[in-house]
Amino acid sequence: MSRSPRLSAALLTAPLLAFLLLSFVAPIGAFLWRAVSDAEVAAVLPRTIVALAGWDGAAAPHDAAFAALVADLREARAREATGPAGGIARAASRLNADRPGLRGVLPMTARRVAAPFDGPARDAVIAISAAWADPETWGAIRRAGGPLSSFHVLAALDLRRDASGSLRALPDDQRVFGAVLVRSLWIALLVTGVCLALGWPLAWLAATARGWAATLLLGAVLLPFWISLVVRTAAWMVLLQREGVVNAALGAFGIGPLPLMMNRFAVVLAMVHILLPFMVLPLVAAFRGLDPRLPRAAASLGASPWRVFRRVTLPLCLPGIAAGCILVFIQALGFYVTPALLGGPGDQMLAWFVGFYATRSVNWGLAAALSLLLLVAVGVCVALYGRLAGFRRPGAA
Amino acid sequence: MSETLVRFEGVRKTYGAGGPAAVQSLDLDIARGELLTLLGPSGSGKTTTLMLLAGFELPSAGRIMLDGRDIARLPPHRRGIGVVFQSYALFPHMSVAENVAFPLAVRGVSKHDQARRVAKALDTVRLQGLGDRRPAQLSGGQQQRVALARALVFEPPIVLLDEPLGALDKALREEMQLEIRHIHQRLGVTMLYVTHDQAEALTLSDRIAVFEGGRVRQLADPRRLYDRPADAFVAGFVGENNLLPGVVESREELDLRVRLDCGPVVDAQAVDCGGAGERCLVAIRPERVAVAGVTAAELGEGALPAVLTEAIFQGDHVRLRLALGDGGAILAKRPAGMSALPEPGGPAAVAWPEGAAFAFRPPA
Repeated sequence: MSRSPRLSAALLTAPLLAFLLLSFVAPIGAFLWRAVSDAEVAAVLPRTIVALAGWDGAAAPHDAAFAALVADLREARAREATGPAGGIARAASRLNADRPGLRGVLPMTARRVAAPFDGPARDAVIAISAAWADPETWGAIRRAGGPLSSFHVLAALDLRRDASGSLRALPDDQRVFGAVLVRSLWIALLVTGVCLALGWPLAWLAATARGWAATLLLGAVLLPFWISLVVRTAAWMVLLQREGVVNAALGAFGIGPLPLMMNRFAVVLAMVHILLPFMVLPLVAAFRGLDPRLPRAAASLGASPWRVFRRVTLPLCLPGIAAGCILVFIQALGFYVTPALLGGPGDQMLAWFVGFYATRSVNWGLAAALSLLLLVAVGVCVALYGRLAGFRRPGAA
Repeated sequence: MSETLVRFEGVRKTYGAGGPAAVQSLDLDIARGELLTLLGPSGSGKTTTLMLLAGFELPSAGRIMLDGRDIARLPPHRRGIGVVFQSYALFPHMSVAENVAFPLAVRGVSKHDQARRVAKALDTVRLQGLGDRRPAQLSGGQQQRVALARALVFEPPIVLLDEPLGALDKALREEMQLEIRHIHQRLGVTMLYVTHDQAEALTLSDRIAVFEGGRVRQLADPRRLYDRPADAFVAGFVGENNLLPGVVESREELDLRVRLDCGPVVDAQAVDCGGAGERCLVAIRPERVAVAGVTAAELGEGALPAVLTEAIFQGDHVRLRLALGDGGAILAKRPAGMSALPEPGGPAAVAWPEGAAFAFRPPA
């Protein structure tokens, strides 16, 4: 074999690449694909969607659309009587995500139109439910026509299209995700700031200490890594709850009980505790990598301690500081368990809503769109980090 | 002696309570405009002395006067002393010009003046045109020049150099020694130079202070240090020396007769030595030892019989190792090309001029 060593090395990474593709890229890609794909309604109402193609969205559509709806629903009923069921229910669930109430209207209409009726389809269908006289119902069907749609992505941004297809912001009382995103970013920023403020002195001590003291300090930092995140969060619950350890101790002094849990304080406290090692370790590495002669040289050249810090120590440690901040910030942005267990309704972050829509309301499209939003937010932060701190190694030209 | 710039008065430095003193009761004057070298083996206290002056160490006792002002307790950045470190200690995140401008920038010098003085300093160390480079893009010698320019640019009253050439190879080191000497002569700036390399100290210095065990053993100009070492340590540390142990037989003023442990009796000048019956070391420089392939009687009075054991050709000179008396050995350096060198193993004689041998008290 006369392959180059580089090619052999690349081949050795092939199993890893295949593993990543199968276990990481493909599932995440498939999940995110749900944010923009829209197939449930088209599977049940193909003729209706074709009939709505030229509709202006101002008033209820022409009779042909009603006739197509009846034909589609009859065919779907007939199919489900013999084959796999659930198509109508999925389509109804999808339409319900757009227009609450349609979850019941569509199956009911399908059941009632299955029997033959007299007169025009329009009158019969509107007689079954007044919702069919509302152009927004038809708008929802058209928006869900697929195969691709911006519906979920727009919903994640608190936007929607009306029946005529123009973009509208949701009314204030229905907006959710903008505030959640801002809240998530703010909590992540707060946790990063607290981690930096607490981690800096600790990292400095650990980097400058010698012998067993350095081992002890680093061990104390690493210790939390050995315990599961859920266990650590649960431990905070034991400490902070109304009859918990902290309130019992405060009670001995006649204070409290204080509301320590189900609030922002508990969330930030536990997140800082969990994420602190990710800040301290890059900082220790940065401080250890700092040549101790450089601050000395700067002092001998006339720089005051503050100036030494600002002009020499800080710039040289900046890559480590930025690495610690970005590590903590990105992880904090996606936190799920800790806010869910320790926070109140107003402290839930974006990941909690992803979980809610994926598991409880079974709106995979919106869950995927929110994940996409989270991914973009992280991407923007990393890009910002790249611009500020640079991905180049320090000292490189 | 010209005006004193720096004065150490009874300076003492100990690490921890009751520990050994790194510097023991140091009294040392540095004259304005001179290049004084602190020479000594590692752990002799020379670097500690420099760090005390730079302000990175605080003395346990004593005063350090700079221009008549006690600076012993002043933080480093308030002393205004330039320091060149062994590892250059250039700021890797700044360009060469920014490195050199650093001491000016922290002093609030205007951008225009900074640029002018940086250009002049880079010119002094012959690095003009390299201001935009990063330190990592320069060779070791160039980095050392940048460090020198940075320590000179703010015109400090004294520049301290802590083994600045230790990381350079031999040829570059010798070139830089001359360059530092020339810069010193041209600018007239006072320099305190620390090294363990005695050849470097002899090349560079106006005066040399030899350190050992936290004390100054001798403070003298290079020629006197070489020709008239004050004790056995200096005699052995500065330049090569034969140190032959013996016992004083008789003493008359400074003229000694010493019976060497290997047998022969020789004349020596007493430098730091006791009277009859006391042990001493007789020091003779190898280049002063004459060697001939004849018997001692033929060579003349005072000549000693010897046997050549090894001759090493070194280009410009030959190093001869000879057995002397009963178990003694003596090293001689002769210019290459000299005729009448003895055969290895053959009879030989060694002799040295009167006044070339000095006697010292053996180190405790």
